[in-house]
Amino acid sequence: MSEATIDADLPAVDPRGAGAEEPDYLRAETSVRSWLLTKDHKRIAIMFYASVIVFLMLGGLFALILRTELLTPEKTIIDANTYNQMFTLHGVTMVWLFMIPAIPGAFGNFVLPLMLGAKDLAFPRINLASYYVYALSAIIMLTAMLAGGADTGWTFYVPYSSTSPTAVSWMGVGIFVNGVSSIMTALNFIVTTHTLRAKGLSWHRMPLFIWSIYGTSVIILFATPVLGMSLTLVALDHSFGLGIFDPRYGGDPVLFQHLFWFYSHPAVYIMMLPAFGVISEVVCSFSHNPPASYRAIAYSSLGIAFVGFFTWGHHMFVAGMSEFDAGIFGALSMFVAIFSAIKVFTWVATLRGGSISFATPMLYFLWFLFLFVFGGMTGVAVATQSLDVHWHDTYFVVAHFHFIMVGGTLTSFLAAAHYWFPKMFGKLYDERVGLLTSVAVFIGFVFTFLPQFLLGNAGMPRRYYSYPEQYQWLNVLSTGGAWLLGAGLLLTLANLVIALKWGRQAGPNPWGSRSFEWITASPPSKHNFESTPLVERSAYEYDLPEEVARARVPAR
Amino acid sequence: MHASRLAEQFETIEKQEHAARLAMWVFLGSETLLFGALFALYGAYRVMYEGEFVESLHHNDVLLGTTNTVILITSSFTVALAIHFVRASRSGLAALMLGVSTLFGAAFLVVKFTEYAAHVREGVLPAGMYSLAAGQQPPGGAIIGATLYWLMTGLHALHVVAGMILLAVVGIGCARKVYSAERYVAVENAGLYWHLVDLVWIFLWPLFYLTD
Repeated sequence: MSEATIDADLPAVDPRGAGAEEPDYLRAETSVRSWLLTKDHKRIAIMFYASVIVFLMLGGLFALILRTELLTPEKTIIDANTYNQMFTLHGVTMVWLFMIPAIPGAFGNFVLPLMLGAKDLAFPRINLASYYVYALSAIIMLTAMLAGGADTGWTFYVPYSSTSPTAVSWMGVGIFVNGVSSIMTALNFIVTTHTLRAKGLSWHRMPLFIWSIYGTSVIILFATPVLGMSLTLVALDHSFGLGIFDPRYGGDPVLFQHLFWFYSHPAVYIMMLPAFGVISEVVCSFSHNPPASYRAIAYSSLGIAFVGFFTWGHHMFVAGMSEFDAGIFGALSMFVAIFSAIKVFTWVATLRGGSISFATPMLYFLWFLFLFVFGGMTGVAVATQSLDVHWHDTYFVVAHFHFIMVGGTLTSFLAAAHYWFPKMFGKLYDERVGLLTSVAVFIGFVFTFLPQFLLGNAGMPRRYYSYPEQYQWLNVLSTGGAWLLGAGLLLTLANLVIALKWGRQAGPNPWGSRSFEWITASPPSKHNFESTPLVERSAYEYDLPEEVARARVPAR
Repeated sequence: MHASRLAEQFETIEKQEHAARLAMWVFLGSETLLFGALFALYGAYRVMYEGEFVESLHHNDVLLGTTNTVILITSSFTVALAIHFVRASRSGLAALMLGVSTLFGAAFLVVKFTEYAAHVREGVLPAGMYSLAAGQQPPGGAIIGATLYWLMTGLHALHVVAGMILLAVVGIGCARKVYSAERYVAVENAGLYWHLVDLVWIFLWPLFYLTD
């Protein structure tokens, strides 16, 4: 293939001469120390990857315990107190230890420098530190879970969170530390995108994944400090009676909700924008087509990032908000749907006239599309004040945010795990098993959460331990779906782990993608590129044959 | 000389320094939002408790607050001078100016803690610890004003300490001639951080001392 011609060219460029091939980043050094103290963005990405998988399993285990408990109207396996702790731990683990770091930490770290034609991120030491700060936050949270847990739900609403007898303060400290790690990563991504683009790689030639990671980083930088501050205030209140939200000392508990959602609503986009980035890459690579509109996808990410800061009030329609304010927040929330629809239509239009290959990532794109559109439409519904009053704090809301946030993040995380698997490890996973497990994950997901829309609409409140008998059959369906989803995820993991050892060799660009991370070897060498590339085209020139496209990113 | 401190991912030292500067600005943007949360609470509570809120501010000494403002503005000036000198490769003078700035930071803290000590004597403390002379509890708005005062000036004081450490570190670097006209981005960044510390106080000063 094209590799032969490139290798033939190398001796002229490479001073070390032919045959002096660099080992890939996995084999460059093998000691444990070389991993733990690595400053290589690819190895740090692998460490994030392994950690978020562990926390996905842990958070999933908590979810399965919850769902199993809800099989019957009264006690099934755990008591009410444990149940309260379990849904808090599930939320905290999934939000802060899995969803927020998952795609940026694992895949952003790995492919962002490759896509930019850079040797590493701008600040490799800060990158390594961000991993250890993340690990520290996980240790603090896990210790808090063992030392009393927390039973407030992941939202930590005062006044209950200030008075709960559980380890709320430590949980708050853990989340604060976690935020420090997010900010370090986000800062690194932003500076890298500004300063380390290869020569010729203008902003509008960059892969779309970079735009979405950039947008995510901006939200992290401006929203996370506010969350850090609000949880610090809760922790100070819980431990020392600071009372900033305590009505006895003039405080107003509703102000906590404002501060909390000022972060936590944008946090939904911290989880979703990276997903959009993955999906944009997958659609183009597997339909072998440039995006129907590059600018529409890139700018709508920034649009969501911006509007996302002005919608938080829709979480508080029943917290004593004037109808006028609620109307404004509702309308602003619907702007998000406009930007999202721009994305959805552009992705679908990208398929048109493409030469589509139905590999596992492509199938995940289809699941993503269904879950995102369904979840998004229910989002417009709950942004409407009159409807939200009926659905507020019911399973409808639980189903809505799981569809959009978890459905979106999980399917695109899995799409990325399959799409970039050859890039990261140089091997191919088993496609048939990949497709099958993908179907299992989707069916499991739909069976888990579709019944919850019905439960919520019928009036079942969220977070309740026991429920009237008429709700049981829907709960049984949901629990069955959860077990199927869990099994699908475990099989997916097994498929990928098996491929690590026994998978076929992938070659540098198994999907025939034109994006820049596939220009270099798979897996890449420690320094990513044999020599710094020069970029003379955009990331999506599918009208060019692969060799020609490769030749337009020559070594300098 | 350049080659040794040029990290491998950068092509030129200029790009590397640009990255360091950009990172500092982005970080300062993020820091602003940390204070932003508290400023938002201040605004909300002050509107909520118009009369009561300002009661708590009467305990603040305008003279001490203004002294501190003068101290910080002067320190920002000496930091700017330090950057000017290091750019001209007069590292010794730059070190002197950074040392003076660090001392100004210390002076600020001395004044601040004198004031805190007076508050403690008067019983103007956050939340449930706030009590009037007769032992009864002041109205809610006054309490929340005092709580916010302690929180916001306390967080600012922590930033002063962090800024002093940064200034001292680059000051020692200047004294050892590590920084010069060829290499001064660390000094600039420490200076930028100090200016943020100054700027936050420029907002705290009217909010807690001047408005009534």
